Amino acid sequence: MDLILVNLIDGLVTGLLLFMLSAGLTLIFSMMGVLNFAHASFYMLGAYFAFQISLYIGFWMGLLIAPLVVGVLGAGVERYGLRRVHQYGHVPELIFTFGLALLIEEVVQFIWGKNQMPYATPEILQFTAFSIAGNSIPAYKIFMIFISIAIFIGLLYVLTRTRVGMIIQAALTYPKTVEALGHNVPLIFMGVFGVGTALAGVAGVIAGPVLGTFPGMAFVLGSIVFVTIVIGGLGSLWGALVASLLIGWITTFSKAYNLRMEDLLTWAGFTKPEPIWDSAWRDLWSITSPQIADILPYILMVLILIFRPYGLFGKRDA
Amino acid sequence: MTDQFTSDPTKAAQRMRAGSMVIPLMPWGIAAVLLMVLPFIFTANSAITIMNQMAITIIFALAYNMLLGQGGMLSFGHAVYAGVGGFACVHIMNMDDFFAGIPLPVLPIFGGLMGMGLATIVGSFSTRKAGTVFAMISLGVGELIAACSVIIVAFFGGEEGISGDRTYGMPFFGVEFLQQIEVYYLITAWLLISAALMYLYSRTPLGRMANAVRDNPERAEFLGFSARWVRFFSFVASGFFAGVAGALFAVNYEILTEENLNTTQSGLILLATFLGGVGFFFGPILGAIVFTLVQTVLSLQTELWGFYLGIVFVVTVMFFPGGLAGLIMMHVPAMRLGKLGRLGIPYLKTLGAGAVGCLGGAALIEMTFHLRHASAGDHSMTLYWITFDSHTMLPWIVAIAVTLIGFGVARATAPALAEAWNDANTPDGTPR
Amino acid sequence: MSAALELDGLKKSFGQTEIIRGVDLSIGKGERHAIIGPNGAGKSTLFNLITGRFPQSDGAIRLHGQDLAGKAPFQINRMGLSRSFQITNIFPKMTVFENVRCSLLWSMGYRYNFWSMVGRSRALTNGADQILEQINLTARRDLPAGVLSYAEQRALEIGITIAGGADVIMLDEPTAGMSHSETDYIVDLIRTVTTGKTLVMVEHDMGVVFGLADQISVLVYGEIIATGTPEAVRANPKVQEAYLGEALEAH
Repeated sequence: MDLILVNLIDGLVTGLLLFMLSAGLTLIFSMMGVLNFAHASFYMLGAYFAFQISLYIGFWMGLLIAPLVVGVLGAGVERYGLRRVHQYGHVPELIFTFGLALLIEEVVQFIWGKNQMPYATPEILQFTAFSIAGNSIPAYKIFMIFISIAIFIGLLYVLTRTRVGMIIQAALTYPKTVEALGHNVPLIFMGVFGVGTALAGVAGVIAGPVLGTFPGMAFVLGSIVFVTIVIGGLGSLWGALVASLLIGWITTFSKAYNLRMEDLLTWAGFTKPEPIWDSAWRDLWSITSPQIADILPYILMVLILIFRPYGLFGKRDA
Repeated sequence: MTDQFTSDPTKAAQRMRAGSMVIPLMPWGIAAVLLMVLPFIFTANSAITIMNQMAITIIFALAYNMLLGQGGMLSFGHAVYAGVGGFACVHIMNMDDFFAGIPLPVLPIFGGLMGMGLATIVGSFSTRKAGTVFAMISLGVGELIAACSVIIVAFFGGEEGISGDRTYGMPFFGVEFLQQIEVYYLITAWLLISAALMYLYSRTPLGRMANAVRDNPERAEFLGFSARWVRFFSFVASGFFAGVAGALFAVNYEILTEENLNTTQSGLILLATFLGGVGFFFGPILGAIVFTLVQTVLSLQTELWGFYLGIVFVVTVMFFPGGLAGLIMMHVPAMRLGKLGRLGIPYLKTLGAGAVGCLGGAALIEMTFHLRHASAGDHSMTLYWITFDSHTMLPWIVAIAVTLIGFGVARATAPALAEAWNDANTPDGTPR
Repeated sequence: MSAALELDGLKKSFGQTEIIRGVDLSIGKGERHAIIGPNGAGKSTLFNLITGRFPQSDGAIRLHGQDLAGKAPFQINRMGLSRSFQITNIFPKMTVFENVRCSLLWSMGYRYNFWSMVGRSRALTNGADQILEQINLTARRDLPAGVLSYAEQRALEIGITIAGGADVIMLDEPTAGMSHSETDYIVDLIRTVTTGKTLVMVEHDMGVVFGLADQISVLVYGEIIATGTPEAVRANPKVQEAYLGEALEAH
C-alpha cells in the first residue's frame, strides 16, 4: 500500500511533466493546426538556458528568466519561420518543425558540447520532504508537482476567466470569425506559440536537474509527448491531461513492479518450452515489465488507434 | 524521368498528346550506361563503397517519395520497413540450407516482401488519415519497432544486431559476390529495376489516384475511390521498395543493427528526399546522391556537418520547398525560350559571392567551435588547408571580412540577377 | 416515370437544432429538379445528406430503390450518383486533362489498378478528350487546372462530375459567383451535358432555375412546402408568401 503511494507520487511527477509539454503542444495544434515537432527541443533549450543562468545568478532566476527567453524564441520562430512555411500547407509545416528540432539539437551541441551538464537541484530543496515506509520523497519532487499544478491553475484561469482567454478559445474554433471581429489573429497565434514553448521551457527548467541536461533529452521525451497527444486525442486539452497522467503512472508502475511474462503465460495455462534458450518464443517468455516500461506508451498508442482511432477524447474530425 | 508528378503543364502532356505511348527511354538508357562505367572511372574501393551506399539510398528515397511526394503522407518511421526487410534477409543468409538454394540477386525480393508485409499490417490502421495523424502514427510505430529491437532478440539480435555472410548463397552464373564490385553491379541492377518499377507505378491508375488523393481526398472520394484504400496501396507499395533497399543494405554490409530501424534513420531519409525535391520523380535520386556525398565526404572534413545540414534543410523548407529538383525545373521556361545563357554571368556574380560569404561564415562557425571545445592549450587549427592560431585576432578579422564582403557583393548584385531572371523568362518582343 | 432518387421522412439534427425536418421527395428518372429556398433553409445540408457527406438522423434515402444509409461517398458514387461542390473542388495541381481522366478511371473499370499505364489506354484518353470537348476546355487541356479562370474551373468541375457516367448528377450552386454571361454559358453547358440524365441542383439564381428545371421543390426551414412544375410553383401562394414573392414578380 505504501509502495503504491510512492509510485503514485512518482507517476504524478512524470505525468505532470508530460502534461506541461503536451498542454502547450495541444494548444498550438488546436489553434494553428500545426504539430510542433520541435516542441521538446524548446523544453531542452529551457533546461540549457536555466543551467547557464544558474551558473551566474542561481537556480531561481533561471526558473524565471529561461522560460521567458524560450517563449520569445518560440514567438520568433512562429513569426519568421512558421508563418512563412504556412502557405505551403500542413505537411511542410511539420517538416519545418522537424528540421528545426534537428537544428536546435545541433546548436545545443555546438554551444554546450555533447556531454551532460552538471545542472543540479537548488540546495535549498535538497532535503527529504517526508518518507513513506522507508522510501524518502525528495522535496524537489513536491516542488515539481507544486510548480506544475500552479502553472495549470494559472493557465486555466487565463483561458477561462480573462478576455484574452476568451479570444483564444474563440480563435481555437473560429479563427476566421475572430479575425473578422477585428482581433489580430496572427498576433494571437504568435502569442500562443510563445506561451506554449515557454511552458515547454518551464518543464525543461524543472526537469533538467532530475532527468539530466544533455543533447538527447529533447528526443527522449519528445516522441513520448507526441504519443501522449495522439492517445489523448489530437487537439484535446483534457485528453492530453488524462493521457499524460496515464502514461506517467503506467510507466512508473511497470518499472516498480517486476511482472514477468513467464508468470502471466503460466497463469494463462501455457507451458514453458524446454529448453527455453533454444525456443523461438524465448524473448516472449523472458519479457519483464520494467524491460518494456518505456515502450508501453507506444503499445498503448497502437491499441488506441486500432480501437478508438480519434484518441481518448478526440473529436471525430480532429 | 524528368517530368513532374504534379504534371507540369507542358512536357508530359505534349508527349501524350503526340500520341506517343512510349515511356521515354533515353534517360534510362543514359542512367544504365553511366552506372555501368562509373566503377571504371572511380576505381577506388572507397568510391565503390560510397556508390553502393548511394544506390541503396536512392531506392529508399524513391520508395519514401511514393509516400511523401506522390501520396502526401509524411512518415517519421519509414526506416523500419527497410530495416525489417534487411533483418529478414540476414536471417535468410543464416539459414544455410535454404540460402544455399537461392542465388543472392533474388534475395531482395524476400526483403521487399517482408517490408510489404509489415506495411500491410501497419497500413491497415495508419492510412485512415493523411497529414498530421498519419505522421504521428508513423513516428509512434517506428519508435515501437525500434524499441522492440532490444526486446525481441531472436529477430533483431539485441544491441549488437545480427550479421550474415552473403557468399553462402547459390552462385549466380559462377559469381559468388566476394568482391565489392560484384555487389556494386547487383545493387545497381536492383536500382534500375526498382526505379523503373516505381516510375511505371506512378503512371498507373492507382499512381495517378495517389496524386489525386494527395491534393484533394474529398473530391477523390466523390469520384468513386476510397481515399483510404488508395493511401493504403501506396503505403504497401512503398513498404515493398523500402524492404528492397533494406535487403540491399543487408547484402552490402552483411550486418543490421538497431540503427537501421530508429527514428534518426527515418529522419535522414526524409532529409535526403526533401532536399532533392518531392515534386519530381528525379528529386529523391538527386537528394540521395547529394546527401550521401555530404554524409560521407563532409563528415570527414568537419564535426559540424550535422549543423550545416540542419541549416541547409531548414532554409530549403522555408525558401525552396521544391528542393533541388524544384530549383532545376524553375529554369525550364527560360531554357525553352532559349535564354538560359543570359543567366550565367549574373548567377556567377551573385551566387559566387554568396558561396564565398557562406565559406567565410562557416569559417567563423568552425573557429568559434574550436575556441570553445578544443582541449585547453590547443590553439592551432586547420581550415581550408591553412593552419593558424585560433586565439589570435588576424584569422578572425580575415574571416569576418570575407563573410561580409561575400554577402555584401551577393546582396548588391541580387537586383541585377532578379532583372536577368525576369528577362530570361519573358519572351523576346513582349513589352514589359 | 420511376423514381431515380427518393427521400423518405429524411431528418437531420445538429445537436439540438433540427435542420432538415422530415423531407419527402421523389425525383423521377430524367427529371431536372431544382431545390430552392431562402438562405438557411437547409439546402446544402440536404445536399450533403444525399451525397453521404453527413449521416442522416432519421429517414431514408434511396437511389434507384437502393438504400444509401451508412454508405460512404465513394460507395454512393459507384452506385451512380455524382456531385459537384459549391466551392470549386478540383485537383488544382493536375492538368485539366488529368482532372477529367482521373474521374473516368473508376467507371472505366481501372479501379485500384497498378499494372497498366494510364497513358497507354486509347479509350481513356479519347474519353477524357471527349469530355473536354463537351465542356469546351480542349484549348486548356494541358494547363494546370489551378490557373484556369473561375468560370472555366466551374466548367471543369461539372466535367469531372459528369465524366464518371453517373446517371444522377447533383450540382451545388453551379453558377454561384458568376457574371451574367458566364451564367448563361454554364446553363447551356449543364443543359447539354446532362441530357438523358437525372439532374438535381441547388441554386440561388432564379433565372437559372426557371431556365433549366422541369420540377422545382421549395425548401423552407427544413421542410418542402411545394413541389411542382415551374409554373405551378410560381403560382403557389404558399411559396409566394414564404419566400419568392418579389423575386418571381421581377422575373
